[in-house]
Amino acid sequence: MSDNAVLHLNNIRMRFGNFQALKGVSLSIRRGEVFGLLGQNGSGKSTLIKVLAGFHQPEEGSEVILWGQTMPLPLNQMEIKKRGVAFVHQHLGLIASLTVVENMRVTALGTRTPWFVNWRREAKRVAEQFAAFGLSIDPFATIAQLSPVERAFVAIVRAFEDLKASDAGYGGEGILVLDEPTPFLPAEDVKRLFGLIRSIVASGASVVIVTHDIDEVREITDRVAVLRDGELVDILETKVTERQAILDTIVGSRIDAFAKARGVEARPPAVTVTGIAMGRAAPFDLSIGEGETLGVTGLIGSGFASLPYALFGAVRATGNMVLDGRSIDLSRLTPAAAQALGLALLPGDRLGAAGVGSLSVTDNITLPVLPDHRGLLGLDRPGMLRTAGHLSELHDVRPRRPELPLGSLSGGNQQKVLLAKWLQTKPRLLLLDEPTQGVDFGARQQIFSALDRAARDGTAILCASTDNEQLEQICDRILVFARGRPVVELRGAEITRKAITEACFYSESQTAEAAE
Amino acid sequence: MTTLEMSAKPAAPVRAPRINLKQEGERFALVGAWLLLIVIFGILMPDSFLSWRNFSTMFGSQAVLVVLTLGIIIPLTSGDFDLSGASTLTMSSMLIGVLNARDGWGLAPTLVIALASGLVIGAVNAFFVLYFRIHSLIVTLGVGTFVNGLILWISKSQTISGVSMSLVEWVIINRLFGIPLAFFYALLLAAVIWYVLEYTIAGRRLLFVGRGREVSRLNGIPVDRVRAISFIISGVIAALAGVFYAGMTGSADPLSGLNLLLPAFAAAFLGATTISPGRFNAFGAVISVYFLVTGITGLTMLGADAYVQNLFYGGALVIAVALSQLVRNRQPQEFS
Repeated sequence: MSDNAVLHLNNIRMRFGNFQALKGVSLSIRRGEVFGLLGQNGSGKSTLIKVLAGFHQPEEGSEVILWGQTMPLPLNQMEIKKRGVAFVHQHLGLIASLTVVENMRVTALGTRTPWFVNWRREAKRVAEQFAAFGLSIDPFATIAQLSPVERAFVAIVRAFEDLKASDAGYGGEGILVLDEPTPFLPAEDVKRLFGLIRSIVASGASVVIVTHDIDEVREITDRVAVLRDGELVDILETKVTERQAILDTIVGSRIDAFAKARGVEARPPAVTVTGIAMGRAAPFDLSIGEGETLGVTGLIGSGFASLPYALFGAVRATGNMVLDGRSIDLSRLTPAAAQALGLALLPGDRLGAAGVGSLSVTDNITLPVLPDHRGLLGLDRPGMLRTAGHLSELHDVRPRRPELPLGSLSGGNQQKVLLAKWLQTKPRLLLLDEPTQGVDFGARQQIFSALDRAARDGTAILCASTDNEQLEQICDRILVFARGRPVVELRGAEITRKAITEACFYSESQTAEAAE
Repeated sequence: MTTLEMSAKPAAPVRAPRINLKQEGERFALVGAWLLLIVIFGILMPDSFLSWRNFSTMFGSQAVLVVLTLGIIIPLTSGDFDLSGASTLTMSSMLIGVLNARDGWGLAPTLVIALASGLVIGAVNAFFVLYFRIHSLIVTLGVGTFVNGLILWISKSQTISGVSMSLVEWVIINRLFGIPLAFFYALLLAAVIWYVLEYTIAGRRLLFVGRGREVSRLNGIPVDRVRAISFIISGVIAALAGVFYAGMTGSADPLSGLNLLLPAFAAAFLGATTISPGRFNAFGAVISVYFLVTGITGLTMLGADAYVQNLFYGGALVIAVALSQLVRNRQPQEFS
């Protein structure tokens, strides 16, 4: 252990049900350093940060030592803050409709009396704080008026002020934890952000930065800890480590027994999309063959996640889609029209966007096929219940009681219901967003096999996911996105978990270079 | 690739939906409470309360409240509040008073105008809620108050009597089994709404829009159109209630109808705890109205003062919502 460490995390273990998210991670942060935390999605970085923030209670035997003092677990959020650990989470925790000064002063007002707030004086002080970092942000502007990077500045400066106000702050110390502050920022703004981080470190504080991006790690950090599957793989000195060495440490070299027999023969295209553009990224083309499963992936914020929604007319996009010889203008497509064309979308937010938890399995599963259940006297309710029962049996939904509310089922069974709902319509193109998020192993395999059967019946499938294992298991071809467009294509035998991860990290850095 | 057979475990047998005593008890608890009220008042006042005459009067005179309640459960099902219902009702009855009784119009064109006023108010509500994305509570409260002003204006704050006797006959004087026809109109409307909500695609869509706007949108349901139509239907049904109100009293006064707003909401929410617990439903609403009215009538006959009405309606609204929250395990409510 290093002599001037301010924070020791010893043997942190964390379990969610059957899933061991952290398997005994130990590391320490030194005074005045930038410490990176790197790993794939699901490697345990965020869980570790949440343990430190007091959101999660780690298992027995875990130990957190802050400024040489062992802290009682779970950590008390107020206590941690008082002792000089401040967090900036990915969503920044700012209220968009309020002004900068109000957001800055929500936790710490400079005045002593609770009866009166002198906003002019507060604003002046806030402006001075920004000026100390060479920033000029109007304290009376609302957060909504600021650019994304300025919002990040506000959140970071606010956290830094919390550090200074803490017990540790008198010595100029403190630990600032940044949880993925950069994925939505353009390269130039990332540089400005790093400038701010450097001046904070220069004041004596330590910074922990969680990120996906190897190049950012190399640029800003002194040391980087690499996590994989809940374990600490290595702590590297960034200055003396090659890029490739970091990448190899992230990916590891696991050998996979599973291999899907992928069709490599040319397929007639089922869907051809030309000139699709979402947001500010440049337009691109793609096509999906009949019975083909196309995966789209990338780092968070790279733009792949909105593709299923764009093709369904559920988010704003421009471009053209050709399906069965019919040309469709994406900017005018609505979900109803998409459904009529034989498209189906299974959103990732199970009970927020895909199904209604308070309504029964029957109600949810029959929603897209209600016209088929019309009888002489209106909807045939017993028939709907039978259909739901039949589909529940076919997809092994447990318990097999379609009259239960959808929300009372387990995540995996909810997903089986919602997938069954769309598969019964025999869609031409099935759009999936994280189809097995939070789904247990058994249900996952059943979902994969159901998708496989649909594909063999000719359904084209587009699956957006950051779960490389899943992509490897089900995809015939994978497009890796960076900065809003596809940059790498993997097909056939090239598809391995390792290759997907490498492509994600490579593509991000290459496009960043190309942009400069 | 392994297929579904991989779950070689014996599949769970398909369990038939069992009759769950607790559930059935919940469904009919309010009916039981109603019967209990009748028994208690019956024992206390065997002659006056238990007469068929008393019940037929109750059934007939409260048909207006039943119809108004049926109107507001439609936007409630699709996740919106319509607080302008009682104002629409009063507007419609006042238009009958002004056009038919004061200006001497024929009954048919008067009724068309009265019902059209409900349609217009519903459309105005829908426009402001959906185009400007304002919460329905605010819009319908404002529009309702605006309509109240219009009512006072066109009536010059006067009660207008002398509404066509044929309307009065068809609402309250003609009886079936001794009960005024208005009661049967209300039952018929309840049956229609029950059928639409349970057995038509439109009803399913209404329910999904109320429970999950985003889910509905991504399932191709035109959410805005569904919400707009539910406001308009609510307006027209409230106007229909106004027609019955004018027929019931033979006159139109600019204020008394407005007092029906809270009872209607109390009945709608109380109705959502019965028959199909957790859902606004037509027959639950009907039973709730008569449960509340039985309580008030009984207490009034026992000599209670007029304030008992407010105690009963206000208390019922809060208790009904509290009960329905218990059914939902006290999850936070989301009103759009």
